Amino acid sequence: MRALSWAYLAIAYAFVFLPVAVLVAFSFQDGRLPVPPFQGVTLDWYAKVLGDRDLMAALINSALVAAVSSLIALVLGFLAAHALARVRLPGSVLMRGVLIAPMTVSYLIIALGLLTVFNQTGVRLSLWTAGIGHVVINLPLCFAITYAAMGDHQKNAERAARDLGAPEWKVLALVSAPMLAAPLAAAFFLSVTFSWDEFIIAFLLTRFDVTLPVEIWSMLRSGISPATNAVGSLVFLVSVTLVVLLEVFVFRRTKT
Amino acid sequence: MTLATAEKRMGWGLVAPALLWTAAFFVLPFMAMLALSFARMEGREVVAGFDPGNYIRIFTDWTMFKALLNSLEITVVVTVVSVVLAYPLAAIIAFRVPARWQRLALLMAVLPFWTSYVVRSYAWLLVLGQNGVVNKALLGLGVIAEPLEIAATRTATVIGFVHFFVMLLTLTIYANLIQLSPNYARAAADLGAGRWQVFRHVILPLTLPGVVTGAFLTFVLCIGDYITPQILGGNAELTLPQLIMLQMGRSGNFPLASALSVVLMAVVTLAYFASSRWLRLDRV
Repeated sequence: MRALSWAYLAIAYAFVFLPVAVLVAFSFQDGRLPVPPFQGVTLDWYAKVLGDRDLMAALINSALVAAVSSLIALVLGFLAAHALARVRLPGSVLMRGVLIAPMTVSYLIIALGLLTVFNQTGVRLSLWTAGIGHVVINLPLCFAITYAAMGDHQKNAERAARDLGAPEWKVLALVSAPMLAAPLAAAFFLSVTFSWDEFIIAFLLTRFDVTLPVEIWSMLRSGISPATNAVGSLVFLVSVTLVVLLEVFVFRRTKT
Repeated sequence: MTLATAEKRMGWGLVAPALLWTAAFFVLPFMAMLALSFARMEGREVVAGFDPGNYIRIFTDWTMFKALLNSLEITVVVTVVSVVLAYPLAAIIAFRVPARWQRLALLMAVLPFWTSYVVRSYAWLLVLGQNGVVNKALLGLGVIAEPLEIAATRTATVIGFVHFFVMLLTLTIYANLIQLSPNYARAAADLGAGRWQVFRHVILPLTLPGVVTGAFLTFVLCIGDYITPQILGGNAELTLPQLIMLQMGRSGNFPLASALSVVLMAVVTLAYFASSRWLRLDRV
């Protein structure tokens, strides 16, 4: 039974890592095709990718859209969570439901709905319209994470601040937010990774300036190439670095 | 003004921005899409109205209905296979791996999450293709004489999906297993239950909400996904999201695309009600 468990674990990890290993390995392929046989190691594809203007522009666009849309989603989600956790409002169950609802709807449908409205109102597609879509998908996440993190401990500190004469915005900015630093950071970084990697909304709601996943998609249409492997490996490297930093600086600290 | 009304006013003020955003960019667009699904096309012009023609077409035109069936079949297979593969993995990490290594084990298990979503399907294409790693390895070992045709089939789509959702489900199921007090299993064992009985009658029922919640998320994400079948599935068959994109792109038929989306959403809603007894979306 014990041996069987370890065997299962090994096979599972092999399955999980197989595509990533192949992706990274063949990004160093000294040849035109990222498939066996392996013809030697080169960094040419990385040089090509890093020198590609469209790709680098898309990368910056993605980073901007991710940062701005996540910040908006975080602020909106945090304020709403604060209100619904602290103040007894009529219809609060319904409001929670409405705020969470976009989580259960396919991104494709959210994108199509927004596209319909933008078409009908004559709003031109840009990085901004894609960003609006990304706020829609990340707002429920930011709301749910911060709402779940609010406890009585903070409530007492907030009350104390209010009793000492702090206006509500100061209570929020100087007491509530710092006390919730860890969940707020977690919500923000999760939103950033979702937005950064999101395809269908960005694909349907951008036109001339596009984000990285959309640019990679257009690379794919011209067939397989080690250049695509190199882009994929770079994205992986950046994401993993982010995850490790988050693990070390945010989650570690909350435990101690 | 009393303190209570002042507080209430403040509460409304804080919740309003998020509500307005959701209303303007989620509820309103959905209504617009719903209205558009009852419009019809005359040439390349959209004619508004209340015409159920798009819906009738979806359920009578075989290519449309087949896409719905394909999506349902793929999604059900993916959900079941992913749960069956992920449960033992989560259990092994929770009960066999020493406690101080569990976090690392989980982090490793979900590492491929952090590859780009578009690139992940592409990587499977490289693995499963005619000249891919799997075929080259099997040919080299002499297991097969001819390369297997996996890429550009439904099998490839299913493998790509299962790979992603096993990671997701391992996380949600692990979170449930680790919360279980070992006393339940111990009590059952003391009362004479065998290993299988402990699992079947104690552990499984207690983790069912987590499993169903994970399975529901898998269902929602899988049935609405365009990229995976588009990259891995080949041209032999269409899924619902592929058909929606095709109607929008090539034909510019937004009313039909909207109707298809409404059907997609109806399927998800049905899945929601079917599993709502065990669903804990607020605890994901």
